[in-house]
Amino acid sequence: MKFGIVTFPGSNCDYDSYHAVADVLGLPAVYLWHKSTDLEGVDVVVLPGGFSYGDYLRAGAIARFSPIMKEVAAHARAGGPVLGICNGFQIACEAGLLPGALLRNEKLQFVSDRVYMRVENADTMFTSRCETGDVLRIPVAHGDGRFTADEETLDRLEGEGRVIFRYVNADGVPDATSNPNGAMRDIAGIISAEGNVLGLMPHPERAMEELVGSADGRRIFESLLARVSA
Amino acid sequence: MTSAPTPRPGDPVITPALVAEHGLTEDEYGGLVALLGRTPTFTELGIVSALWNEHCSYKHSRTHLKTLPTKAPYVLQGPGENAGVITIGDGLAIAFKIESHNHPSAVEPYQGAATGVGGILRDVFTMGARPIALLNSLRFGSLDSPRVRHLFAGVVKGIGDYGNCVGIPTVGGEIVFDPAYEGNPLVNAMCVGLLHETDLIRAAAEGVGNAIMAVGARTGRDGIHGASFASEDLSAASEAKRPMVQVGDPFTEKLLLEASLELIASGHIVAIQDMGAAGLTSSSAEMAARGDVGVSIDTSKVPVREEGMSPYEILLSESQERMLVVAKKGQEAQVRAILEKWDLSAAVIGEVIAEPVYRVTEGDRVVAEFPGSKLVSDCPIYNPPAKEDPGVAELRARDVHAIGELREESDPRWTLERLLSSPTIASKRWAYRQYDSTVRTSTVLRPGDGDAAVIRIRNTDRAIALKTDCNGRYVSLDPRVGTQLAVAEAARNVACAGARPMAITNCLNFGNPKRPEVYFQFTQAVLGMGEACLALGTPVTGGNVSFYNENPRGAVHPTPVVGMVGLIDSQKHITRSGFTTEGDDIVLLGEPSDELGGSEYLARIHDVVAGAPPRCDLPREKATIDALLDAIRAGAIRSAHDCSDGGLAVALAECCVADVDGTIGAEIELSKWSALPLRALLFGEAQARIIVSTPESATVLDLARKHGVPARVIGRVRGRAEGFTIRVGERVIRTPLDRLARAYHDAIPNIMNASIAELAVLEQHPQPSGA
Repeated sequence: MKFGIVTFPGSNCDYDSYHAVADVLGLPAVYLWHKSTDLEGVDVVVLPGGFSYGDYLRAGAIARFSPIMKEVAAHARAGGPVLGICNGFQIACEAGLLPGALLRNEKLQFVSDRVYMRVENADTMFTSRCETGDVLRIPVAHGDGRFTADEETLDRLEGEGRVIFRYVNADGVPDATSNPNGAMRDIAGIISAEGNVLGLMPHPERAMEELVGSADGRRIFESLLARVSA
Repeated sequence: MTSAPTPRPGDPVITPALVAEHGLTEDEYGGLVALLGRTPTFTELGIVSALWNEHCSYKHSRTHLKTLPTKAPYVLQGPGENAGVITIGDGLAIAFKIESHNHPSAVEPYQGAATGVGGILRDVFTMGARPIALLNSLRFGSLDSPRVRHLFAGVVKGIGDYGNCVGIPTVGGEIVFDPAYEGNPLVNAMCVGLLHETDLIRAAAEGVGNAIMAVGARTGRDGIHGASFASEDLSAASEAKRPMVQVGDPFTEKLLLEASLELIASGHIVAIQDMGAAGLTSSSAEMAARGDVGVSIDTSKVPVREEGMSPYEILLSESQERMLVVAKKGQEAQVRAILEKWDLSAAVIGEVIAEPVYRVTEGDRVVAEFPGSKLVSDCPIYNPPAKEDPGVAELRARDVHAIGELREESDPRWTLERLLSSPTIASKRWAYRQYDSTVRTSTVLRPGDGDAAVIRIRNTDRAIALKTDCNGRYVSLDPRVGTQLAVAEAARNVACAGARPMAITNCLNFGNPKRPEVYFQFTQAVLGMGEACLALGTPVTGGNVSFYNENPRGAVHPTPVVGMVGLIDSQKHITRSGFTTEGDDIVLLGEPSDELGGSEYLARIHDVVAGAPPRCDLPREKATIDALLDAIRAGAIRSAHDCSDGGLAVALAECCVADVDGTIGAEIELSKWSALPLRALLFGEAQARIIVSTPESATVLDLARKHGVPARVIGRVRGRAEGFTIRVGERVIRTPLDRLARAYHDAIPNIMNASIAELAVLEQHPQPSGA
């Protein structure tokens, strides 16, 4: 199983995603340049964190027009897994691969922290190695992470089991300080209707080894591995 | 041979007033005329004004800086380059440097701090190193002032937005609040990079015929004379100089970073340097001086942002995110191709020439020409009179034990909480939560986790520990001892994280050197720094001097900031600062004393800065660090935290409550020292002290004895419910952890969240989004 990590000019978590896949899990991985139109036969596409094109206008607003994104969208339409992390989640929303939008954090400040997120649906290709209700400890680092959608969309996402991760405290319940950005309904990650595009604000690729604070992010990559190679 | 330069149509006539406006003294101007053998052109005057100002020329500091120890077998590059470099084994090396951006941050905190980060990043990646960590050492006035809150909020946001976007983790540093910095905040940014020794590249122009290329962003009219601005006192007129502050673009920086590293790896270039302070002028003149060659530059070939820029403006612009590169002859196209891949421009603007001159043309017209290659080093050197302010000697001699206790102090818990909530001591999470500290996935100890930040080195078992330190109050009371203590504290801090202190970079922030009392502080500080670096085995690999940090109300505390790099041989040795395990013994390495001078206690509780700073015993400091590192390597240490601001009681409380994820109790017994004044025992700042927690106190005590370091079990780590207790003879000081935690964690958020300063900054600077 081969991972392709898209490098936009302002990506800065492409290196971390590559490290997670290639060094920690020992899987084949390649960087995919944003000007390229060739996915090089990868099975999973990672849209990594960063500031794709500077993002002075709106996070991900320009990235969706890059040549590689046409191919990523085609890959997604064909059912190929796409994992959008942080800026990658923003880009996936801008590109219409996922519903909703990521707005400026409620308190208007960039937030860098370790948060807890609860697995809301373990029956997806990204969470099969988790149990519903599991609490994962994962870093966040973003300025625009407030997931926002209209009520109807939110209800639909909830009803279809497409809210995959929710911000909670260490005990697994939302409280006054557990939501780092004011996301609606404490949503940290959602999945596409077909179940093959996951977007989330926290950074599982930065939580692959206890040495750097947590290895909980491995569960997401290992789930993918189990499902795709099955 | 070209003809001598002639005045360019439209250039102002050189008059004494114009010369003065350019910051040159009569003598300096006389020297310039002698060097040229004629009257300079306007362009030449601008060039010299830029090169001979304090910021670029180090004319008041050079003689003294030369006395600092700079050598060790592992030092690959000492002072004189864009950054210092030390080897860490396996062919890997660390490049690091600290630099000030004080003046710009005082008038425009957001852009001032942001471009400070940008500049220091470029200094490191032009050595061929990939930046892996950022730190910053910040000084502000009291947070009671709305203007200070505005500066603090703006600087923090500027640092965060820039580093976060480029994708380099901001992992540590220090933030101090003291009325002495009210009008002149200090913003010192440090960058640390990792490189293969074989990729090390220097910034010396060489190879006659090689092309000089401007790469990166285009040149605009921003920041002209920024370096000169940083070479004078701040005044009411400084506000009008806000346009001299440059504007940063971290996205372009990220592109430039990737392009530069690719360029260096490609072998198509021989030298690269940031166009930082004094822009094209200083970068080209410095590269020529280092390579001892001549250069010729044509300003009409420099890519510009706007029409009609004069050579003077192009040469002195401080537009950000630009590099000067010397490309191998015939390989210019390859250089251009690499830059184009990253959507950046590259233009040949000149060449390295055999003739020993520094020449600037505008098309065919020569607009400036200096003989020799040493225009930079030919600047005048000053050693003005140095004399201690008698008022400082008096302050130092004052008997601070005679200061009466406040009524509230009869309950030491009041004092302890008051100190824990002092913004200098309190948790800085409000600030560092705005810094991405985990990008690059190598940060093992984040801000707040340990006494120093720790970054692992991938594909090895090693890690590095990083810290900046300086107690400006100590330095103000005794510059020599205070600076020794700054080095010692930085060394102690990296040792507490498990690292052997290796080398330092320094950022020397002082007032106006033309005042004898300031120059006295400076010379004594450099003396003390040299002594401490020698004793602790940590050579100076470079740094920066920032004078003129003063305004009509006075100068800042002299603040020689030390940026320390330590090496951790095995990732097993990485040590946190907070207590971790109930039942562990708590051991104090070192001993309390009756010292109170210069303490946070006196400043915070009594609003007094007086007395002699704590004694500095450098051999003892070295022995304490050695004992600690032996104990860490023996696997006996669970946590280590140095005793500094606020003394023993504050350090112990921090070990219990500093971790946001959970507090832990402690029971402490200090009766052995009940003969000391209680406030000195609890809050005095005697040096060379480290608090460790250990499941094997016998091993720790043995190792301490072996190194001749006093050590004693002073208590035990307890459960959360048991709270925090200190016994001194009959006296029992017991307090629940919640109170201490609230004092420590809520102090800064309570002040900042109640303030509109932050909102004003946010409205002015909508950040780049994403992450």
